[in-house]
Amino acid sequence: MTIEVKNLVKIFGSFKALDGVDLKVESGELLALLGPSGSGKTTLLRIIAGLDWPDAGEVSFNGEDALAQGARERHVGFVFQHYALFRHMSVFENVAFGLRVQPRAVRKDEATIRARVKELLDLVQLDWLADRYPSQLSGGQRQRIALARALAIEPRILLLDEPFGALDAKVRKELRKWLRSLHHEINVTSIFVTHDQEEALEVANRVVVMDKGRIEQIGSPDDVYETPATAFVHGFIGESIELPVQVEAGVVRLGDRPLRLAADGLAPGASKLFVRRHDMLVGPPGSGAFEGAVQHVRNCGPVQRAEVALSGGETIEIDAPRDRELRAGDTIGLNPRRYRIFAG
Amino acid sequence: MTMQIADSVSLSSPEAKARAHAAAARNNLRTEPRAVRVTIISLAIAFLTVFVVMPLVLVFAQAFSKGIMAYITALAEPEALAAIKLTLLVAAISVTLNLVFGLVAAWAIAKFDFPGKTFLITLIDLPFSVSPVISGLVFVLLFGAQGYFRSWLRDHDIQILFAVPGIALATTFVTFPFVARALIPLMQEQGTQEEEAAISLGASGLQTFFRVTLPNIKWGVLYGVLLCNARAMGEFGAVSVVSGHIRGETNTMPLLVEILYDEYQFVAAFAIASLLAMLALITLVAKTVLERRLDGGEDRDH
Repeated sequence: MTIEVKNLVKIFGSFKALDGVDLKVESGELLALLGPSGSGKTTLLRIIAGLDWPDAGEVSFNGEDALAQGARERHVGFVFQHYALFRHMSVFENVAFGLRVQPRAVRKDEATIRARVKELLDLVQLDWLADRYPSQLSGGQRQRIALARALAIEPRILLLDEPFGALDAKVRKELRKWLRSLHHEINVTSIFVTHDQEEALEVANRVVVMDKGRIEQIGSPDDVYETPATAFVHGFIGESIELPVQVEAGVVRLGDRPLRLAADGLAPGASKLFVRRHDMLVGPPGSGAFEGAVQHVRNCGPVQRAEVALSGGETIEIDAPRDRELRAGDTIGLNPRRYRIFAG
Repeated sequence: MTMQIADSVSLSSPEAKARAHAAAARNNLRTEPRAVRVTIISLAIAFLTVFVVMPLVLVFAQAFSKGIMAYITALAEPEALAAIKLTLLVAAISVTLNLVFGLVAAWAIAKFDFPGKTFLITLIDLPFSVSPVISGLVFVLLFGAQGYFRSWLRDHDIQILFAVPGIALATTFVTFPFVARALIPLMQEQGTQEEEAAISLGASGLQTFFRVTLPNIKWGVLYGVLLCNARAMGEFGAVSVVSGHIRGETNTMPLLVEILYDEYQFVAAFAIASLLAMLALITLVAKTVLERRLDGGEDRDH
């Protein structure tokens, strides 16, 4: 099932939640919508599910107009952020719900429904919880039951809203791996919303980065990390150092200090320089593009995180390997291994 | 108590010392001296006894003052039976109407956003804030001999005032906030996610209501119906204005109590009153049980 979204606009009061979104999702993809809160990613997901209606634009499934159908007819599996399990029903009945409410003409008999629910509970590895109630489950278990319930109707598309948002870090990591292997197994076109870049990069085949109701970049996890298309994407994904610079006549300046950085093909004017924290290589003074004094050093697992006051006046944080120890007061040279400059 | 226990144990072992400290700490949390505590509690009990328990006991004492036979005879009077029947009928009508109205209003307010929502919430509370006598007078103005609908009603030969429809209307008006008020906060807290989940799983509107929404609010509905029923049976002011006090026809139980009392038929008056008091007691017990259910339901959510 392919999904195509064209020029989608959604306005809540004076707030533009979606501001002209175009997106094509290929059949069998596992796509992540990544962005900060308020970027419109959940609104986009809800419109695809039929739980919200756009003010303008088109949504089509396999070329068919999806907006002509209500949520009920779209056969879309939706997993809610807080699971929305039916609290008065057992786990079994929760999963069976979608099968029991089918029109009488197509409804399966009780034995078939039971077998199907059993199969789904096996799939999410929770068959032993069938008689429990949602309140008796852990967060990770609720999440998997919500997924089993959504899969019961054999959805054409699976949509997940912040699927791991309410879980603790360890469970989240386990479920990520599990979701990826489950997707591999059932191969349903899936979209999930997340504000966690690590989650998006680790789980998805493709990542859509959104901000302020617009799509900033669509690409593979490698694309969005290695070659961010916009300043926003660079700042949002990975831990970046952002410096305001001036580009004039092929020279990049930080304050009044020219940096030894290539400025080929850059438009002159105020720009932003982005470097990943771990891409700032430490060298002796005078060896790099930047000069600075180490203010403060902390060890963060495999790296040491140093606060460096640049001679241009800015203070930045860098992650340096721990093989050469930095000390507060050291004067060092810094050379970006990789960097990008965006106009504006 | 804890203090005494702490004093009596030997403080030789460190464990016992720790226990004694813990007990002392617990005691210190209750900062008021014993005398103050006793005074406050006795005051509360004395007040409750004079203002709540004694009147209640008195109702039953008066009702049975001439023996159980007189009590039964008083209740078996045709006038009394007619009043009981009318009260039950009116309560059944107004509870049914308000159940439907309350569900619809709470649903609209909790699950949708629309202009005028705050105004509607205020309007629902109106019957609580106006005197029941005024509520009754409004219906006299609408349906009475000088009322707005008088000619239409006369042409179609419909009697509203001084008849069952008038009493039912006035009672419904006075009791209409109960169900809605019980349900609005409950439904607002539960949100719309479960309904959305049901619809995305292919359920129709009716299936969603009966399989998801209603089971989630059933204790709230019962709670609202219970309070609504108690008020409907006990309503005096509004009903007094519209009923016309026709004996054996338009007297409800509260109205009959007043009439009998005015005629110095104390046993009969208190016999009817004792039925209303029993209704209150049953309501109270049922309310406590339901409140526990509602709290339990909330616990299960999280």
